[in-house]
Amino acid sequence: MQALYAQLLVGLINGSFYALLSLGLAVIFGMLNIINFAHGALYMMGAFCAYFLLNLVGLNYWWALLIAPILVGIFGMILERTMLQWLTGLDHLYGLLLTFGIALIVQGVFQNYFGSSGLPYAIPDQLKGGINLGFMFLPIYRAWVVIFSLVICVATWFLIEKTRLGAYLRAATENPTLVRAFGVNVPRMITLTYGLGVGLAALAGVLSAPINQVRPLMGADLIIVVFAVVVIGGMGSIMGSIITGFALGVIEGLTKYFYPEASNTVVFVLMVLVLLVKPTGLTGRAA
Amino acid sequence: MTALTDDTLPVTPRAMRDEMIVFVVMALLLASVPFSGIYPFFVMQALCFALLACAFNLLIGYGGLLSFGHAMFLGTAGYCSAHALKVWALPPELGILVGVAGAFVLSIVTGYISIRRQGIYFSMITLALSQLLYFLYLQTPFTHGEDGIQGIPQGHLFGVFDLSKPTVLYYVVLVGFLAGFLLIYRIINSPFGEVLKAIRENEPRAISLGYRTDQYKFLAFVLSGTLAGLAGSLKVFVAQNASLTDVHWSMSGEVVLMTLVGGLGTIFGPVVGAFAIIAMQQYLAGFGQWVTVIQGSIFVICVLTFRRGVVGEIAHYFRRSL
Repeated sequence: MQALYAQLLVGLINGSFYALLSLGLAVIFGMLNIINFAHGALYMMGAFCAYFLLNLVGLNYWWALLIAPILVGIFGMILERTMLQWLTGLDHLYGLLLTFGIALIVQGVFQNYFGSSGLPYAIPDQLKGGINLGFMFLPIYRAWVVIFSLVICVATWFLIEKTRLGAYLRAATENPTLVRAFGVNVPRMITLTYGLGVGLAALAGVLSAPINQVRPLMGADLIIVVFAVVVIGGMGSIMGSIITGFALGVIEGLTKYFYPEASNTVVFVLMVLVLLVKPTGLTGRAA
Repeated sequence: MTALTDDTLPVTPRAMRDEMIVFVVMALLLASVPFSGIYPFFVMQALCFALLACAFNLLIGYGGLLSFGHAMFLGTAGYCSAHALKVWALPPELGILVGVAGAFVLSIVTGYISIRRQGIYFSMITLALSQLLYFLYLQTPFTHGEDGIQGIPQGHLFGVFDLSKPTVLYYVVLVGFLAGFLLIYRIINSPFGEVLKAIRENEPRAISLGYRTDQYKFLAFVLSGTLAGLAGSLKVFVAQNASLTDVHWSMSGEVVLMTLVGGLGTIFGPVVGAFAIIAMQQYLAGFGQWVTVIQGSIFVICVLTFRRGVVGEIAHYFRRSL
């Protein structure tokens, strides 16, 4: 039973990353109509940011949690202003191709300087150790990742669904021209939205640095799984992406326990099943 | 709806004549390669990728469907052919047939699944399916995991042509490529191809005219996947191995890049793009990961400034269809 609970926890952690990443993808897709293929690369940049902050500047994990998303977010906003905004009005597929190119560049540069092996990043002192719950041993850092991601996800949901800013955002998703006529600076909002989505990816990167090590290709395979998560959940609903992300993480964790051979394919198999039964995805509208 | 290929000229007798002239010139140039002193292995490799890119282009350029998993057909056909040649010891012609059949079956299955969603979702689904296959091939014993299937015998095609001789192999690959190319050209200019273009331009209107667009897209997917499989089978004879790199997502990305550089929706673009990218990889092989960076930069530059691709720009300049 110990092993089962441990795998469930690993599943929840992977689920947090899926949720944070697919949430960012959904927010970006809503505003920019672009599937951000560079999301995995930016997640990796978040982790590397934390690594640099610790080893070059001497700022610890808690600072990294704050600064890395801001830095990567700014990098994302520069990308949006210099490249992505020129794609408005073109076929969606060009956005996919452009961001795929950006991902190749970013990953290639990091691979050149850091190879393919992982760099260690220590768990912060305050989160070391674990609690014995009786039925299992709970490492504090892992519990922290799950709870913190959940809080961030719910906060993002609240920001978009319940605040005035979120209302503007949703309105601009529906009809940008009309919202612009009301005096809202839509292009700036688009840039900030991309920054927000990218910042969420970077945050996931910082959270994963102590667990998964810091590697140039850490986001490359992850983003494909997240795409499958997005296909399953659909990008129409923020809460939908969060729940699908966590649920699929848990299912993957369970698979690791009951049938480990299928653990890295289970999300794709589920995607196939969902497509066969309900082609529009679980929460999605027709694309 | 903004189509990927913005200026499609009507098919006129003049356009057909232009295309046939370019085709004959291309065929003659390629046929003269063994006499020119160019390393034939490089050209053979480029021909396989050119066929793959042409098959991919059939789907994106004429059906408007961006598949981000076309490497799965290349790799699957490669594994099937390699297994047939090495383990079953079949002659080359049957080995190719087994590979193409493998890709055909795979394209039916994956097409049935992925055709259910359009646009961006279609790309994500094909990518996820190819990743699923990658993990399957990593684990199943017949692919030999990380090692791949190596030392594949080349044998005698129809019992006559000795494929271990580079020149003979070159012409066999060339014939395979030209046959595939002509088949794609025929498909594009058939009534089926015209309906496909109509669906790309405006699917709701095509539906309102009574076309079952899903069936057309499915058939285009199967044709594209099967022809990509032919490229994979031919590549087995050239490389004499079948490995996981052929199924990896980065390979799918390269195919997209080749077609984008040459020109989406142009007839000769994928061939030009494939030769350009393979040549670039050859010359920059010593630069390690910078090749990835350069490929990424080409993607960015193409999308931002050069969306018609090399052949597309030339055709646009001369107002011809190429």
